[in-house]
Amino acid sequence: MLELKNISFQVPAGGADREIVRNVSLTIPDRKLVVVTGPNGGGKSTLAKLIAGIEKPTEGRVFFQGEDITDLSITDRARRGIAFAFQQPVRFKGIRVLDLIRIAAGTSLSAADACVYLSAVGLCARDYVDREVNASLSGGELKRIEIATVLARKAGLSVFDEPEAGIDLWSFRNLIEVFERMREEIRDSSILIISHQERILNIADEIIVLKDGAVQKQGSREEVYPELIGDAVSGTMRECEGRTRALGMEAGDRC
Amino acid sequence: MLKMDEIQKRLLREIADLHEVPEGAYNIRSNSQSIGRRSSANIEIVSKTDVSGMDIHIKPGTKRESVHIPVVLTQSGLKEVVYNDFHIGEDCDVVIVAGCGIDNCGNQDSQHDGIHRFWVGKNSKVKYVEKHYGSGEGKGKRILNPGTEVYMDEGSSMEMEMVQIKGVDDTERTTVAELAAGARLVVRERLMTHEDQRAISTYSVNLNGAGATADIVSRSVARDRSFQKFDAKIAGNAPCQGHTECDSIIMDQGRILAVPGLEANHVDAALVHEAAIGKIAGEQLIKLMTLGLTEAEAEEQIINGFLQ
Repeated sequence: MLELKNISFQVPAGGADREIVRNVSLTIPDRKLVVVTGPNGGGKSTLAKLIAGIEKPTEGRVFFQGEDITDLSITDRARRGIAFAFQQPVRFKGIRVLDLIRIAAGTSLSAADACVYLSAVGLCARDYVDREVNASLSGGELKRIEIATVLARKAGLSVFDEPEAGIDLWSFRNLIEVFERMREEIRDSSILIISHQERILNIADEIIVLKDGAVQKQGSREEVYPELIGDAVSGTMRECEGRTRALGMEAGDRC
Repeated sequence: MLKMDEIQKRLLREIADLHEVPEGAYNIRSNSQSIGRRSSANIEIVSKTDVSGMDIHIKPGTKRESVHIPVVLTQSGLKEVVYNDFHIGEDCDVVIVAGCGIDNCGNQDSQHDGIHRFWVGKNSKVKYVEKHYGSGEGKGKRILNPGTEVYMDEGSSMEMEMVQIKGVDDTERTTVAELAAGARLVVRERLMTHEDQRAISTYSVNLNGAGATADIVSRSVARDRSFQKFDAKIAGNAPCQGHTECDSIIMDQGRILAVPGLEANHVDAALVHEAAIGKIAGEQLIKLMTLGLTEAEAEEQIINGFLQ
């Protein structure tokens, strides 16, 4: 279980401090898949980085499995069981896919064992295991390898920052299956996904809406999802009405 | 195994991966003496009479054979210049493993300058591996200045792997190649320097015949206060293709100077150079740390991969 208590994060911007995350308190319970969603620039990715230890909060505390990990490094948090999938995966010259999965697993897995994780994300394992994690891989391939490294960690908490970003439609379908499988196999662990995608929201146990750095809504999928869809529809309508007026069109015209 | 002490054996393992007497032809040189030599039916090794060194004659049509000519120096203060000439006949397919390991535990400089010349016959294929390694706690420097000259006949190909990862204080490497029509040269250089070490690598490649190709890639890491210079020039004198690349990581107060040079003397010469120098990307370190490595372990992984 992960708990954030009164987390704030500020960055200096033009002489003044800009608050990216404002007094956020939330809990990611065990055996739950939680999706954090909300508008761009709302602080979602920053929140994920605060959990992984890539950023340190300016205020508040982070607890993982009951331990205060606020002052722990990225490495120490990883070793305690927090895994993190980057929105934009990193490339490495000379490091092979197999090397990366071995590092993630923390053991010298056989190529066959490593392939299981690659197959799970829909990659034909034999074709990839010896390839370098370099610019020769496409964005979608890298993204799937990134997710495979998180699977290999078998972590207490797996955090995915916009796993759908940069992935094609076919891969996306596959990705949903990966998360559904993870959801089914969840035991004493939890999953946190930052996402905008309806289909990912649809498999969540809980949804948190983050806007302007603060938690706007939080609850079960059944509670939050219909509201979100309603907001999205009315938001589109408002936008549509505004555009209709601006163009001098009659209400009801397609915009 | 030949009569060698533990240090000599260790050096041989580092530079030539040799645990026992190699198969095929070989010459093992230790402290300026040949301590073991074997010619084979197709490969003859003969000592030079005018200077220190050997002539290695490889008969035309020799396939899937190897020659090992490692050198070890364990006597502090020893300085030598050695000339080894490889005469490779037509239609051969051979592996040549050279390399030099110096252990200097004294206070005087030890130096080995190995000048290797290759005449590669028509349609022959050569793989050449040269590793350098230094060890020892003495104040004396470990100096290696290899000179390599390659003369490639029509349709021949040569793949050179040059590795210097540890312990050599000062090195000036000069490589010159002349390629006839259809010849192909591939060079993969891997270099890491530490402390106050200095390494200079200069290439001059002439693509003289139609369809000649050269691909020279250097990957290097400069740590501590070390300095490296990579100076690679390819001249295209015919319809040909040349590519040179210097990809480097600098750490601490390390310095690297890359001087890629292209000279197109023919309108159909296609020449490309690339050079990139920079420190390890922060996001690479962070990614590996999220997988549970410490910053130092992550750095090691990145460098090991880079120099693979």
